[in-house]
Amino acid sequence: MAKKASTHRMAAKKKPKARKSQAAASPGEVTGEEGFVWTRKDLLGLDELSPQEVVHMLDTAQSFEEVSTRSIKKVPALRGKVVALMFFEDSTRTRMSFELAASRLSADTLLFTAKGSSVSKGETTLDTVKNIEAMGVDVFVMRHGESGAPHMVARQVTGSVVNAGDGAHEHPTQALLDIYTMRQRLGHLAGLKVAIVGDIAHSRVARSNILGLRKLGAEVVVVGPRTLVPQAITAMGCEISHSLDDVLGEVDVINMLRIQFERFGGGLFPSLREYHQIYGMNGERLARCRKDVLIMHPGPINRGVELTSEVADGPNSCILQQVTNGLAIRMAVLYLVTQSQGDRRE
Amino acid sequence: MAEMKHLMTAEQVDRALDRLYEAVVEALPAEGRVAVVGIRTRGETLARRIVERLAADEPDRTVKLGVLDITFYRDDLSRRRGAPLVRATEIDFDLDDAWVLLVDDVLMTGRSIRAALDALHDFGRPKLIRLAVLIDRGGRELPIAADIVGKAADVPHGQRLQVRLEENDGEEGVYTQDGREEEA
Repeated sequence: MAKKASTHRMAAKKKPKARKSQAAASPGEVTGEEGFVWTRKDLLGLDELSPQEVVHMLDTAQSFEEVSTRSIKKVPALRGKVVALMFFEDSTRTRMSFELAASRLSADTLLFTAKGSSVSKGETTLDTVKNIEAMGVDVFVMRHGESGAPHMVARQVTGSVVNAGDGAHEHPTQALLDIYTMRQRLGHLAGLKVAIVGDIAHSRVARSNILGLRKLGAEVVVVGPRTLVPQAITAMGCEISHSLDDVLGEVDVINMLRIQFERFGGGLFPSLREYHQIYGMNGERLARCRKDVLIMHPGPINRGVELTSEVADGPNSCILQQVTNGLAIRMAVLYLVTQSQGDRRE
Repeated sequence: MAEMKHLMTAEQVDRALDRLYEAVVEALPAEGRVAVVGIRTRGETLARRIVERLAADEPDRTVKLGVLDITFYRDDLSRRRGAPLVRATEIDFDLDDAWVLLVDDVLMTGRSIRAALDALHDFGRPKLIRLAVLIDRGGRELPIAADIVGKAADVPHGQRLQVRLEENDGEEGVYTQDGREEEA
């Protein structure tokens, strides 16, 4: 090729420094600090995390999002590690999401489900976990019907424990993916007003969301019938409303929780039809919201109960985006906890 | 903290980069797709400068810029404690059959380059990969060599070598310092 004498030097040009966090700056927004290092071997809940740790998790997930766009959707970060998926309680999407996240990081996975296992033969949770750990497991992703079960296990094993939902206590990865999706769609978290609608009393998703959102400067209002909203929830720093119609116009995000038929035997509200009339999202209610309001749902949806198909499949809905983001969040969680195991292992 | 000594001044860095750039231009293929991929953080800066200068000198040629974060591919992942923030890899083009110039600031053990080669292959099968570094400080632990070197300097294993670039550090220069060496 023809070589020309170079007319430009490669000398430096002054450039603005890269932003510390990828989130847009806004007053009160928590952004990643230069040089911050994640050091927890477990992720048990958002309660014990600092705002900086939550943001570190979100920023790490943002980097993992790119992996899923490659022709080879895999990185060798967890090569040789074993992730045990311990589902003492049923789950399909959370389990699949963790399973795919682990395989994108090149980890091997083991699946344990309570149905048809030693649990039905009377083995305790701790014995079950200890036996599986003896096979050489690095991470336990654990879903359990009892609040605090992952915390109890974390104190007894050397591997990492990730809470994939414990009783009515916490579901940290769901809240992280919800908060991640809000930041992605709206650009910031500080100052946002988020409504969480439905069965607050039985919801670990609600608790983790409130904890995470409050740490990052968002306001939360929980909405539902008196039977499903405990008064004491205000201690977590949120407001209570018993009328969805009252809050529609003033919120940036509406997170509709699933009515969990399996968790209680009815009697807490008269009928699904009445619930939908008072607390369900439909096109008419959506029209009274801010134009760019974000409609979220952790799934699975009961169409026609929490929201109508018109809302669930409409432009304000980010329900499928939540599922996609869940993968990046879970890759980030598995990566971060395994990077912090050193102090227990050596 | 031990005293930092100048290994290269701003002018010396400038001259080394000029030599490196001339060698890159010489090595460029006559046709075909070309990509310059920098390893975060300072390799990215150098790759960006090369692409910008090529764009000015040879406006007819399209040269893609890629950025690689090799954290997930490192062979010392399981030895580290704690996890600093990992930044995204940005290669939004096809590497299949492309001529790729891999750029980093310092070459030492060769482990970063091994990791970068693995990472690149997850994006496709390049026709050829060349390696350009600002400084080859010696101390190889793998059979890896650079094709284009701005400056070769034997820096003892125990010394720390720090490349400072305007975009990242607000100044240009290379320093050495006694104490723990940095993986390069």
